[in-house]
Amino acid sequence: MLLTGSYGGSSFFELLQQDFPHLLPFRHLQHLPPEAVQLSTAVPFATTILALRFADGVVVAGDRQATEGFEVSSRRIEKVYKADDHAVIAIAGAAGPCLEMVRLFQVEMEHYQKIEGEPLALDGKANKLAQMVKQNLPAAFQGLVVIPILAGYDLRLKQGRIFKYDLTGGRYEEHQFYATGSGGKEARSTLRKFFKPDLSRESAIRLALEALIDAADLDVGTAGPDLTRGIFPLVKLVTKEGVSDVEDAELRALSETILQTLKG
Amino acid sequence: MAMPFYVSPDQWMQDKAEYARKGIAKGKSIVALEYADGVLLTAENPSTSLNKISEIYDHIAFAGVGKYSEFENLRKAGIRYADVKGYAYSRQDVTTKSLANAYSEAIGTIFTRDPKPLEVEILLVSVGETPAETEMYHISFDGSITDHRQYAVIGGQAERIRAYLQEHYAPNLPLPAALFLSRRSLLAGYDRPPAEESPLEVGVLERQRPGRKFRRLSAAEIAQALATGAAQG
Repeated sequence: MLLTGSYGGSSFFELLQQDFPHLLPFRHLQHLPPEAVQLSTAVPFATTILALRFADGVVVAGDRQATEGFEVSSRRIEKVYKADDHAVIAIAGAAGPCLEMVRLFQVEMEHYQKIEGEPLALDGKANKLAQMVKQNLPAAFQGLVVIPILAGYDLRLKQGRIFKYDLTGGRYEEHQFYATGSGGKEARSTLRKFFKPDLSRESAIRLALEALIDAADLDVGTAGPDLTRGIFPLVKLVTKEGVSDVEDAELRALSETILQTLKG
Repeated sequence: MAMPFYVSPDQWMQDKAEYARKGIAKGKSIVALEYADGVLLTAENPSTSLNKISEIYDHIAFAGVGKYSEFENLRKAGIRYADVKGYAYSRQDVTTKSLANAYSEAIGTIFTRDPKPLEVEILLVSVGETPAETEMYHISFDGSITDHRQYAVIGGQAERIRAYLQEHYAPNLPLPAALFLSRRSLLAGYDRPPAEESPLEVGVLERQRPGRKFRRLSAAEIAQALATGAAQG
């Protein structure tokens, strides 16, 4: 079985397509009849995610709630993942296909790097993700939408970059910030108001939290920081040094300050 | 109708083995050594881009000698096998033993069926959470597989290098001392030490490293480690 495959390239996604199609995440969804159950109310959905540039790179954040119709299906879902040493992927949409796409994308990055001996350029990563989103289009028609944000540090241009996607795999670069998901619009208006180029690390994290808190205020699908249960948005930074997590203690302190100012 | 000449299986296998051995003997050897923090892989390699040592999966590394195109194909096949298995099941389910068996089977099948055997020998090594979980498999051109502890050697001068290591190997060496010992053992493989030493390619599997354990040492790191190792011993 080791040497029986017919695929000879460097992409894990294409390897699955050619030699192991049964392992592809989106395939089974393409055969559902169009009048099948309204899947969008029957499966968990992950909601608000955002990314913004700051002086050293990008901040990517997402709230922790997943909803199923009008129910909260999880308070601790993770929507922001390390894709490789210099890229982070955040996802909004139907949680199942979203998480599968993240897993596939993570393996794709690692696989390419091992086979070729060096990682894909950030543009290459963005295009690869576009191809995966495009494959999900039939499922999207049945309500299983997957909308990712890819953010990373471009080692060649020496700056953070943000890519957003549409259902058809369209890939667009955002030069300052972007937010999507059910509370994306609210988060975007906060970002639009307070974003400045070259923010410091602290102000950028604070702005990300403020945008998520505003989104949670107006969108039922999004949850703000939960001080009682100790659940905080997931915040990751990508800089020249790599991907790092923002600790809960820091997020708690910042959330308390922001919520205090809301009290008036 | 022309009758094909009868060649006894005995003769045929012997011829193939001799052919493969000749091909491999031309190449330089590779040493894998258990040291304090994991496993160290050292090869003499004048090229900086055509690697002989590389990463397969989280805790598994690969080294090949012989024909570059052939062991490069085996390396890629191993990465595909491991990544597909890790994706279909989980990362913990990618085991060195099953991959080593898959290599053994694939190389063995080519040796018996194809007119030309592979002119390669490979090493598959991995680290676990404790030193006792270290695994080293040597897979030969005919698919025969052996497992080793402490050290393993592949390539044309393997016999001599093994003899040298048998005499000089010590467990739990720090990295610089282990690298220094590896280089001395590689030099022991020559009849006469070469006038100019070939640059080394070095990779390590570090037990304590989070996630992917494999790391390639840069030329500067190698030079520094060798200097430290030489000063110590």
